[in-house]
Order: sequence, then structure tokens, then C-alpha cells
Amino acid sequence: MKKALILGNEAVARGLWEAGVNVVSSYPGTPSTEITEFVSKYDDIYSEWAPNEKVAFEVAFGAATGGARSFCAMKHVGLNVAADPLYTASYIGVNGGMVCAVADDPGMHSSQNEQDSRHHAIASKTPMLEPSDSAECCAFAKIAFDLSERFNTPFLLRLSTRVSHARSLVELCDRKEIGVKEYKKDVMKNVMMPAMARGAHVRVEERLLALTDFADGEAVLAGINTVEYNEKKIGIIAAGTSFVYAREALGTKASYLKLGMVNPLPVKLIKDFAKEVDEVIVVEELDDIIETHCIKLGIKVKGKELFSRLGEFSQATVKAALTNEKADFVSFDEDIPARPPVLCAGCPHRGLYYALKGMGLYVSGDIGCYTLGAQAPLSMMDSCVCMGASVSGLHGFNVARGSEQAKKSVAVIGDSTFIHSGITGLIDIAYNKGFSTVIVLDNSITGMTGHQNNPANGLTIKGDPTVSVNLEALARAVGFNNVRVVDPFDIEVTKATVKEELAKEEPSLIISRRPCALLKTVRHSAPVVVDEEKCIGCKACLNVGCPALSQTKRESGKYLAVIDKTQCVGCGVCASACKFDAIGKGE
Amino acid sequence: MSVKNILIVGVGGQGTLLASKLMGKCFVEEGYDVKVSEVHGMSQRGGSVVTYVRYGEKVYSPVIEKGEADIIISFEQLESARWLPYLKKGGVLISSTQRIDPMPVIMGKAAYPENILAKIREKDVKLVELDALDLALSAGTAKCANIVLLGAAVRFLGIDKDMWIDIIRSTVPPKTVETNLKAFELGYMA
Repeated sequence: MKKALILGNEAVARGLWEAGVNVVSSYPGTPSTEITEFVSKYDDIYSEWAPNEKVAFEVAFGAATGGARSFCAMKHVGLNVAADPLYTASYIGVNGGMVCAVADDPGMHSSQNEQDSRHHAIASKTPMLEPSDSAECCAFAKIAFDLSERFNTPFLLRLSTRVSHARSLVELCDRKEIGVKEYKKDVMKNVMMPAMARGAHVRVEERLLALTDFADGEAVLAGINTVEYNEKKIGIIAAGTSFVYAREALGTKASYLKLGMVNPLPVKLIKDFAKEVDEVIVVEELDDIIETHCIKLGIKVKGKELFSRLGEFSQATVKAALTNEKADFVSFDEDIPARPPVLCAGCPHRGLYYALKGMGLYVSGDIGCYTLGAQAPLSMMDSCVCMGASVSGLHGFNVARGSEQAKKSVAVIGDSTFIHSGITGLIDIAYNKGFSTVIVLDNSITGMTGHQNNPANGLTIKGDPTVSVNLEALARAVGFNNVRVVDPFDIEVTKATVKEELAKEEPSLIISRRPCALLKTVRHSAPVVVDEEKCIGCKACLNVGCPALSQTKRESGKYLAVIDKTQCVGCGVCASACKFDAIGKGE
Repeated sequence: MSVKNILIVGVGGQGTLLASKLMGKCFVEEGYDVKVSEVHGMSQRGGSVVTYVRYGEKVYSPVIEKGEADIIISFEQLESARWLPYLKKGGVLISSTQRIDPMPVIMGKAAYPENILAKIREKDVKLVELDALDLALSAGTAKCANIVLLGAAVRFLGIDKDMWIDIIRSTVPPKTVETNLKAFELGYMA
């Protein structure tokens, strides 16, 4: 059998393919994105990028109702968006199997919060599996489809950054063609009105009991929940990443109950394990879900009194809590400057932000690469909540503070985020006679998650040409009479346009349009050059916050601007910042 | 054998992921269990990035903690200083002499420490320093600095050099094989 060293996300995609999945719809979100990217390489699976996670979930659920094995993937906060269909899909159940992968981000490598998606599994009464490495990503994805059909429920597959983005070995198998099952009209099952839902809820509660029995028995035989007895002084109960950290830290000095199914949790299995060991310790990143379950069962456990609810764990976290081992290492003795992520050299967002700078604006921000503009030296963001909140949040801010405030405030939102959930906010502004100015930063790609096509750039997930959303026409259609398009590298025109639109007591949409500098199709200019005769070292250019621009000490002893030619793509935003005409086009 | 730990550190966009991919492939060929943990998403935008490579008979955790790395491969001096505590005492640090100023330094809000590598040399570590960017340029392109550093690390990995050459040949795009092998050789000799 062929073994491959692959990412957890690629292993999920492989598992889907092997399970005979027919339909996949997702919205990108770190750390879940690559699952669907890998799926798109399989010609025997239909795949698509949806405008948002709710749509993706509903497409997958519709496909499952139609008899296909279907799948959707999202990050933890994406499941909030898809929560509405999830909770009722749980009542309805499936025809073809359906699995939804949700990737948590403990430590917030690339997220705005650290929520624990197991809460959604419990609240929606949906079963959830949690793999701990790539082999389990593939295996659990496959098992989840069999169980989804057997127990008549969508299944959740919980991932996390260190599972999704770690490579480990996977045995590759062949695809099992399942085909599409027959669809029969069944109003009692598929139409959720109060009369039907009352019956459905009864079935959901019965299903949870059946799944608990499964977790206690068959799940052990199937290798989903596993018990490893070694020394019995300490008994660890853990799942996913927390299990591998504990196993690494304690080796055979502890016994382990590893839970591959985290909702519903087993009962008898946990009670039996607790009887065998002297002390039960629950190791779990984020919230105390397994611990609370144990306490409900009347089992004495230690969990959050030893381990934090915050951030990522590691083997060191477990060692610090449970052993006397101390790490031995050397350190650098001086302060080490932080290296925060920054907008890339040549990023079109920099031009827009630089144009807005100095206008004294309240900037209602959103989720994407451009959130990096919140940091110094641009410092051009006042708020950032969730996908789409810039538009609706700005409207609320302006309603509260009046029309004069509206002349000093804008929303900034990327093209993909706007399609995801900015449009409804736009409608709200127009419908309710608002006067806000919304700026769409249209860089023709979903950037932060690593370049995915989206409905505004005219390309499908496979890169095939398709229709694209006409942002200008869309804004007019919902009632925005003022629609302008600017090139963010033209600082003066951008500035003037924003000023004009802010002065109007009507809503305006400004599209700041220029493709992402990292797109392969973008042609770059030669690096800009510094005229050392003209540069006086005033540092004004450093305010654009470009990683390709700094100052160095010259032979004269003066500190002057210097361009990193390996990074600079000649966008010229820094030249706009120079009052002495010291930065010019290169050749 | 006990698990060996290699940390690859640098600045987002420097090409740290190719080096870890090649290593992972090689250790699998040698019959080891392997885990490689990467960072995607926001940190890739010019931030400090780290990749963990672990191999041995059985690897559980995908991450490496302070005092656990046998080897650190660093693409940039400041990152060498930042990740130094992850090295075992007496471990090997392979550092490029490249300097990339982070935004707080560009803005004059923080100072880039002077003579970083000279100060690290005084510690209980084995330091190999090389100008990977310059060597890469002499091989043909700045893009293969990662292969130069891999070449330098291979001397400490106890796996036959020819094995690495085969792996590079079968992994990088055909057009870039010769340049990458030249870069590998320059790093190996450094």
C-alpha cells in the first residue's frame, strides 16, 4: 500500500475522495482552506467556492438530500455563519451522507477569536469526530460518511491548526464509488415546520442515546475511541492535539483514553477507565467540555485547575503541569524586536490607507489582509469584528452619532468579504436612508487565505472563466446612487474622491480597484530609486509602512531612505509620500 | 532511535516550506515516522515563521518546544536570536547572515541588535554561519537560498548526500534542477 506524507487538510480531501464523495462546497478560512483546494484537483468530485459558509453548508446539505455524499469545510467562526442550517439539518438528517469539517485555531494564528467548536456540536446535537493526525483525518473522514448514513445525521469533523497544517503519514486507498441514492419526496422528514420538527426532535434525542452507545462500544472496536494501559498512577483523557501532546510528554508513565468521537462522549468507557487508574486528568485545549462531562458522571477529575483555557498546548504544557522535568536551553540576552505580519510590498491596500491617512476618519474595518492596516504606521482602523461587520457596523455608528459624523467615517471591506456578508449591510444602509460611505477594496482575489478565486473575479475554483459580480451595478441596484471607482495607487485622485463622497448626505460606494501584488498575472514595475541628493532623511516615506523601504546610514553620516530591490515592485506609493521628489521611477 | 527535531525559521515569504518538504520526503524514504508542522495564513505576510520537522521511530507531537531542537536552520539573523531558546544545549544552529528589518525597526521604534551571530557564537551551541542569499545568487537565483541552507544542514543529518540529490531532483520543477543542485552543493561546502 502506498504511504504519503501529507497535510491533515490534504488527508481529509483524500478521505473524501476515497469515501466516494460527489459534492463539495466551502468558503476559505484558515486553517481549513486547503481541504477544498485539494478536493478541486479530483475530477470525480464536484467542487466549488461558495460566497459564504451558510451557502456552502446549504449546498452540501441540499446535495445530501438529493442522495449524494457531500461535504463542506470552514474555519471555527465560519460555523457561526453556517449555524442556522446546521441546527435544523441535524433535525432533518440525511439521504446521502454529509460531513462538515470545522477547523479551530487555538492560539489564534490567523483568527479574531479562539472559540471551541465543540459547543456547536453539543448545541446542535450533531455528532463530532476529532482526528489527531493525517492518518486519522483520512480515516475519520471516511468513517464519518458511513456513520452519517447509518445514524441519519450530518457529521462534524473537528480539526485544529496543528492537525490541519501538520504533515504525517497516510496509507492511500482506492476510491469507493457510491453513486447518488434515490430521492423520494418525504414531507415529514424534509420540511421543518412545527408539526414535523416536534417529531424530529424526538428522533434527535433518541439518536444521541444510540450514538452514546456507539461511542461506548463499537467506536472502540473501530479504533475511534482507544484505550492504552501503561502505568496506572495517572489516567489521561484527551482528544486530537491534546492527546498527542500528552502522549509525547508522559510516554508510558501514564495510561490513556483517547477520544476520537467528541460528541456525544462515551459514558461506560470513561467510567471503566476511571476505575482502572489512580487519578484521572483531562487534557483539553480551549474549553472544559470533556471535564464537565466527567463531573456530570460523578467522576473525580482534574482538568482546568491544571491547564489553561487560553491558547495552544504542547508537550511542554503537559510536562509543566504533571512532571518535574524542566527544559534546559540557552537564550539571546538582548531584547528581540517583534516581527508582526505586514502588508506586502506593492499591496494595493497600502495606497488606499495612505490616501485616507490624515483625514481624521473613523474607519470601520473588516476581516482580510487589509486588517493589517490597523497596525502602525498606517493605523487606519477603528474597529474589526467579523465578516461583513464593517458595513452594518458603520451604519449603526453613524445612526448613533448623526450625519456630521457620517462625513468623517468610512467602512473598508475586501471584495471576497463584501460578497460573503457585506451586501446585506449595504442594503440596510440604502433601505434605511443611511448616508454612509463604504469602500470595497477589490483586489480580485481572496487574499489572506492564500489566493482563492471568488464570485467577484470571474474564475471558478478550477480557474475556469465564469460570470463575475458587477459590484458597481449591484450597488446601484440596491439603491446606492453614488458609485465611484478609483486606483489606490493614484493617491491624489483617491483622496479627492473620498472627500467628495463623504461630503454628500447620501450613501456612497467607492471601489478601490487593483489586483493583489502577489498574483502571478500582475506585471510589476522596476524598483523605485532614491535620489540621495534630494533625500533629507525626513522619514515621511516610512509612514507608508512598506517592508521594502527603510533608512540606512550613508558615508556622509546621514540616515537616508533605502529600497530593498528584492522586495520593491515599483508601486510608487512611497514616492507620493515624499515632499522632496527624492523617490523616482526605476529602470 | 529517539526523535530528532529540526526547526526551520525565517520571515514569511522566504521559502521555508520547500526545505521542510524535501526533508520530510527524505526521512520517509529512510523509513522513519515523520511529522512536519507549518504555519499558513496571516503570519505568512512578512511575519516571523517557523516550521517544525520531527522524525524517529514514532512521533506524536507535531511541534518542538524550548530546548528540544537538535538543529535550527535560520534564514535570517534576528530569527536566529528569536528561536535560539528552542535549541538543545550544544545543538547546531545554521544561520544565514541575511538581515531583514521588521516594521518596528523600520519605524525606529525598536533596535535591531548588533552582531547577533557573534554573540550567539559565545553560547553553548555549534554555529554554522553562511551568506545563503549570496551563495544562492551565485547558483543562479535568490530563490534557492532555502536549498543552500538545506545543503549546509545535510552534513549534520547523517543521511547519504546522494539521497538528498535524488530527492531534490524528483521534487523541484525540472527546469530548476541544475540551479538547485548547484545551490545545494554550495551550501554543503560552506
